[in-house]
Amino acid sequence: MSAGGFLAMGGYAAYVWPAFGLTLAVMLWNVHAARRAHERAREDALRRLPDREPGA
Amino acid sequence: MDWTWFHKLASPPHFYRIAGRLAPGLGWPALVLILAGLYGGLVFAPADFQQGDGFRILYVHAPSAWLSMFIYAMMAIAAGIGLIWRMKLAHAVAIAAAPIGAWFTFLALATGSLWGKPMWGTWWVWDARLTSELILLFLYLGFLALHASIDDTQRADRAAAVLALVGIVNLPIIHYSVYWWNTLHQGSTITKLGRPSITLDMLWPLLVMLVGFTLFFGAVLTRRVQAEVLRRERNAAWLRAELAR
Amino acid sequence: MTPRRKRMFAVAAILAGVGAAALLARLAFEENLLFFFSPTQILAGEAPADRKFRVGGLVSPGSLQRAPGSLEVRFVVTDNQHSIPVRYAGLLPDLFSEGKGVVAHGRLDGQGGFIAEEVLAKHDENYMPPEVAESLKARDQPGGAG
Repeated sequence: MSAGGFLAMGGYAAYVWPAFGLTLAVMLWNVHAARRAHERAREDALRRLPDREPGA
Repeated sequence: MDWTWFHKLASPPHFYRIAGRLAPGLGWPALVLILAGLYGGLVFAPADFQQGDGFRILYVHAPSAWLSMFIYAMMAIAAGIGLIWRMKLAHAVAIAAAPIGAWFTFLALATGSLWGKPMWGTWWVWDARLTSELILLFLYLGFLALHASIDDTQRADRAAAVLALVGIVNLPIIHYSVYWWNTLHQGSTITKLGRPSITLDMLWPLLVMLVGFTLFFGAVLTRRVQAEVLRRERNAAWLRAELAR
Repeated sequence: MTPRRKRMFAVAAILAGVGAAALLARLAFEENLLFFFSPTQILAGEAPADRKFRVGGLVSPGSLQRAPGSLEVRFVVTDNQHSIPVRYAGLLPDLFSEGKGVVAHGRLDGQGGFIAEEVLAKHDENYMPPEVAESLKARDQPGGAG
């Protein structure tokens, strides 16, 4: 199968590629959001340590 | 039966430490399976006799729809455990799962719409399957909104948990809607026992995607529960020791 | 009864309550949740005569007629027991074809026919490559290539 034929998806390119693209984008966003939530919660918890020694 | 492992897992410090190793252990296999499923679904699987290459949307639509329901079931069960056994970690799991479930419900609706337009001839119809899936999205959003609207975490957990339990009735409605009522949406392809209505070269990428998506959910959920535990336990002594390491 | 048992019963009561409510709702809304009526239901007078509704079934093989030079088509929708002729002017979806599922939105013309304003294709849950579809067809029609 040629690259052009593959990209054309038998005439359904306008539906197939947005469906796959949207799915991957949402999945990547979920990974990013989960990591960010973890980082933020960690930083917030660290800031609350009253007796935190510098460099600990 | 010995339940010590369960109580151990339910203790936030123990869970937090396990989760740090669990997330990559789920995430990497998920990545490998999803890449294999993408290759299988986009390249390896032959075009369908009726829908041509348009049917390939199945490979993202069906796993998203599966997760939208699986995550809700898991969230409601976690909420129920939290209510009955007053288990803090269970509530953290429920609230961590909700945004992921909402995203996959959105994906199921959006990819279904992109599939419906060329095949059925419409982006959207108010048939029982599509409508009940839309209600599922509202249940997730309602759960998150209710939890966010109550300041006291414990009370927020309990109120949202009741909503999650009430909403579980929607799951069998979604699944059986295509059999109970006339719908535009077709029946299930792979839950028919014995005879899946799909040939093997089209089926395996779908199964690989289903497992890959589920592991992906496990990895993202683990990270989110970690964040939730940090937020809830930020004054606990164990956390101090953990973070100081 | 321990507090935990009480909570357990409360959760069970919630589940039983919404389950029962859903069951009742399902019985009550049986009609309204039907996305379409079959030709048999329409001929039995179950479909509304005065407002728009949907008819669903299979496009009867050999019934599709296109008016030359226009978008107007006529076809017969059947559920293999009864059938109803449909008139429609507009674009048909890709999957529309004779012998396949269809759902048409419109109203009765008062003379036993149906005037559609929108035609949607309903496909089944079977996926297979064209070669497999061909061989299945051959097997199902003993007079054919099989």
